[in-house]
Amino acid sequence: MASLELRNVNKRYGQGQADTLKNINLSIDSGEFLILVGPSGCGKSTLMNCIAGLENISGGEILVEDQPISGMSPKDRDIAMVFQSYALYPTMSVRDNIAFGLKMRKVPQARIDEEVERVAKLLQIEHLLHRKPSQLSGGQQQRVAMGRALARRPKIYLFDEPLSNLDAKLRVEMRTEIKLMHQRLKTTTVYVTHDQIEAMTLGDKVAVMKDGIIQQFATPQEIYNSPANLFVASFIGSPPMNFIPLRLQRQGARWVAVLDSGQDRYELPLSVEDGQSLEGREVILGIRPEQITAANEGGPALRAEVQVVEPTGPDTLVFVSLNEVKVCCRLAPDAAPRAGESLALQFDPDRVLLFDANTGERLSKAPEHIPAGQSGNIAQFAAR
Amino acid sequence: MSNAALQPRLSAGRIAIYATLLLACAVYLIPLIVMLLTSFKTPDDIRTGNLLTLPESFTVIGWVKAWAAVNGYFWNSVKIVVPAVLISTLLGALNGYVLSMWRFRGSQLFFGLLLFGCFLPFQVILLPASFTLGKLGLANTTTGLVLVHVVYGLAFTTLFFRNFYVSVPEALVRAARLDGAGFFTIFGRILLPMSVPIIMVCLIWQFTQIWNDFLFGVVFASGDTQPVTVALNNLVNTSTGAKQYNVDMAAAMIAGLPTLVVYVLAGKYFLRGLTSGAVKG
Amino acid sequence: MSSVAVPTPKAVHRSSMDWLQAWLPKLVLAPSVVIVLVGFYAYILWTLLLSFTNSRFMPSYKWVGLDQYLRLMENDRWWVASQNLLVFGGLFIAISLLIGVVLAVLLDQRIRQEGAIRTIYLYPMALSMIVTGTAWQWLLNPGLGLDKLLRDWGWEGFRFDWLVDPDRVVYCLVIAAVWQASGFVMALFLAGLRGVDQSIIRAAQVDGASLPTIYLRIVLPSLRPVFFSALMILAHIAIKSFDLVAAMTAGGPGYASDLPAMFMYTHTFTRGQMGLGAASAMLMLAAILAILVPYLYSELRTKRHE
Repeated sequence: MASLELRNVNKRYGQGQADTLKNINLSIDSGEFLILVGPSGCGKSTLMNCIAGLENISGGEILVEDQPISGMSPKDRDIAMVFQSYALYPTMSVRDNIAFGLKMRKVPQARIDEEVERVAKLLQIEHLLHRKPSQLSGGQQQRVAMGRALARRPKIYLFDEPLSNLDAKLRVEMRTEIKLMHQRLKTTTVYVTHDQIEAMTLGDKVAVMKDGIIQQFATPQEIYNSPANLFVASFIGSPPMNFIPLRLQRQGARWVAVLDSGQDRYELPLSVEDGQSLEGREVILGIRPEQITAANEGGPALRAEVQVVEPTGPDTLVFVSLNEVKVCCRLAPDAAPRAGESLALQFDPDRVLLFDANTGERLSKAPEHIPAGQSGNIAQFAAR
Repeated sequence: MSNAALQPRLSAGRIAIYATLLLACAVYLIPLIVMLLTSFKTPDDIRTGNLLTLPESFTVIGWVKAWAAVNGYFWNSVKIVVPAVLISTLLGALNGYVLSMWRFRGSQLFFGLLLFGCFLPFQVILLPASFTLGKLGLANTTTGLVLVHVVYGLAFTTLFFRNFYVSVPEALVRAARLDGAGFFTIFGRILLPMSVPIIMVCLIWQFTQIWNDFLFGVVFASGDTQPVTVALNNLVNTSTGAKQYNVDMAAAMIAGLPTLVVYVLAGKYFLRGLTSGAVKG
Repeated sequence: MSSVAVPTPKAVHRSSMDWLQAWLPKLVLAPSVVIVLVGFYAYILWTLLLSFTNSRFMPSYKWVGLDQYLRLMENDRWWVASQNLLVFGGLFIAISLLIGVVLAVLLDQRIRQEGAIRTIYLYPMALSMIVTGTAWQWLLNPGLGLDKLLRDWGWEGFRFDWLVDPDRVVYCLVIAAVWQASGFVMALFLAGLRGVDQSIIRAAQVDGASLPTIYLRIVLPSLRPVFFSALMILAHIAIKSFDLVAAMTAGGPGYASDLPAMFMYTHTFTRGQMGLGAASAMLMLAAILAILVPYLYSELRTKRHE
């Protein structure tokens, strides 16, 4: 296993065209699981192909174990890849598929047999070894594709959306299995996906990409709790974070965000450091659905009319209108009202975020990381 | 669009449909039947009977004479067809492989230029081609005809393979490259084994095209090196002596049989060649 | 999508094997590139050049400008050939399309033994035009062919001598060519019909449309692309038609059944009019381009709209 580092990697498809990848800087330690996540066309697959050597980079350097590899051909990089379409060789049996990479590397036949047995056992596909890929189910093909990568014991594993061709149930199963496999084998892995749940569940580190730029590179928890900008905030989390554009108001020494449900007004009090010039500035308030809950008896609350109720089972999504924006709240099923009823809501002010309406950058940082009063340029919300 | 909802019922309409289809079958078959009947008749029989009368006295003399007249040319055709088909198919496969899996700057442009070859009226290259064959010392040789057929078959063979490989996921080649396979290994070990259907289509297409060729044969070959189509035409259209229609028809059958047999045995691939050639060609 | 699968050699250290691997695709394609550039395009230019010279039996490179084209325009035989092409091509294309479409639609009515019938319709396409020509020359033989058959069957006054009638001989070519190619048109349309979305037809049925209406108003219009590619191929066959004329009539009687392809061959290779032949070949190319370019243009445009 090996560490992987990308330094200022650039990729451009020919003169005059926009950069597909812009100054990518990433680094993971040996055995870590890196997720590249983003919408389609964000450059995540290109980046993966660049790491594999299937495409050349236009600038920067890729290092494995601190050795530059960007001049090497794919076969010399010692990297294995699992493809979205599995890319199993259709005319070869499962055994030959797994053995192919070893044969190409002129590994002695006895060793090849050994490796195939080991991998087949690991993935529980021993009974499929003589079959052709077309005789396998999607999940089985997926396993063979992983087996092909594992047999070579490469320095780095690349997964290119390996689960997106599976049906929903199998996808969840295989997700767990990949995680289990990684925990056992401690392989350095780069995993491309557009699925934010896979990103959250599998990764040690997550790089959120958009338009060829890394928007944020952090642990899943950091990405979820303190997204760097509106894009990351909206991309990670389901149902997505609510965004309410508003202007903060000064109330004596404090800033408040005024929320209006049409039938009620609520002043969400914020305490902001002096010198923070938010006067008249347009900001976007970001609240995750689970941070809006049914109010406790007697506590401060905002009454709002329930517009739509969507029970999902474990919890119920309730939609209300705040400042003329549709806002999703995640309630416990027993607390859920019916459409048309009025509901008292309370907010988890510690975790509410503020974004600059113009740049989309986050203004506040997550409270648990920045102790109150320590930072000068940060708007903080006081608890009540 | 055979439609379950359109339940066929035995009505006047359906009887009319069957009648029309069967009549059409007769029209398509009659020339073949007439050829066969005529080829087994004696010349006297031909004069006294008509196209569809059965032979008074069944004779194979027409076939014997026809075979004597064209058998040398028949083998010329074989000598031309076999290498030309194999070489043009192999080249087409390699071209298609490069043009689909290893595209580079300009390769698409080349494909466009090549495609035009499917439409090229060959009259426009006959003269330079015959000068070139002369310079190469290949004029009036079967080798020269092989060369010409390879060159002008390339457009179609490349098209077949390129369109087939375009539908093969590129990830297959990428996976093989990561597995350490090179250009020819990927082609030989992974792509060719899955190309059997398109190889069949291409072989059959090239076989019928080259076997049935007349233009190149008549222009680039003479005397002993002519292919069977040219020999048939010479036999049928010589004005000397009395017309021996039984021999003509037997010779036509001999010239037509190889492609007919291929068509009957592998009609599926033949049709696919025609239609896939049709999509772009 | 611009796929750049080939690693272009970079200034970094690479083994010579890597370098070879990177260049292999280009090396493999190179012979074909030469073949195409020389065998297709340089040869076309060469023929173009010849058409501006006074070459006769042997190529000569004495420039005569557009003389050969002017001679062609004044050549009665060329005009006969061109007119024949219009008549032959027009009728051949129209009749083949009509027969092909009708047979395809009829065959699409859940016919028993459809495969066998299809095979019978299509087999002439596997034959050489020379074989077809030979067969039809015999079938249409004045005196012994259909002529006699119908008289033997009791139609005493029947006369069929189009093959030797200068005004009608071109129709004989049409008959033989239609016999050979209409089954192919049928196959094309049948494949197209099988690709029509069933739900559209169901929807039309629910709306109360009758079967003929569904075909005429919904199914056949959706086969426009098939129609155009069939048209292209048939036009292409018509313009290149040489074997059929050679085998059936050899251009005769006189030159009444000449087609441009036959004209080109005769003048270039048997009458020592190489310059004139080259000019006629260039005009044939122009005719193909005149059909091809608009077709490709519309193809590309619709592709871009997709």
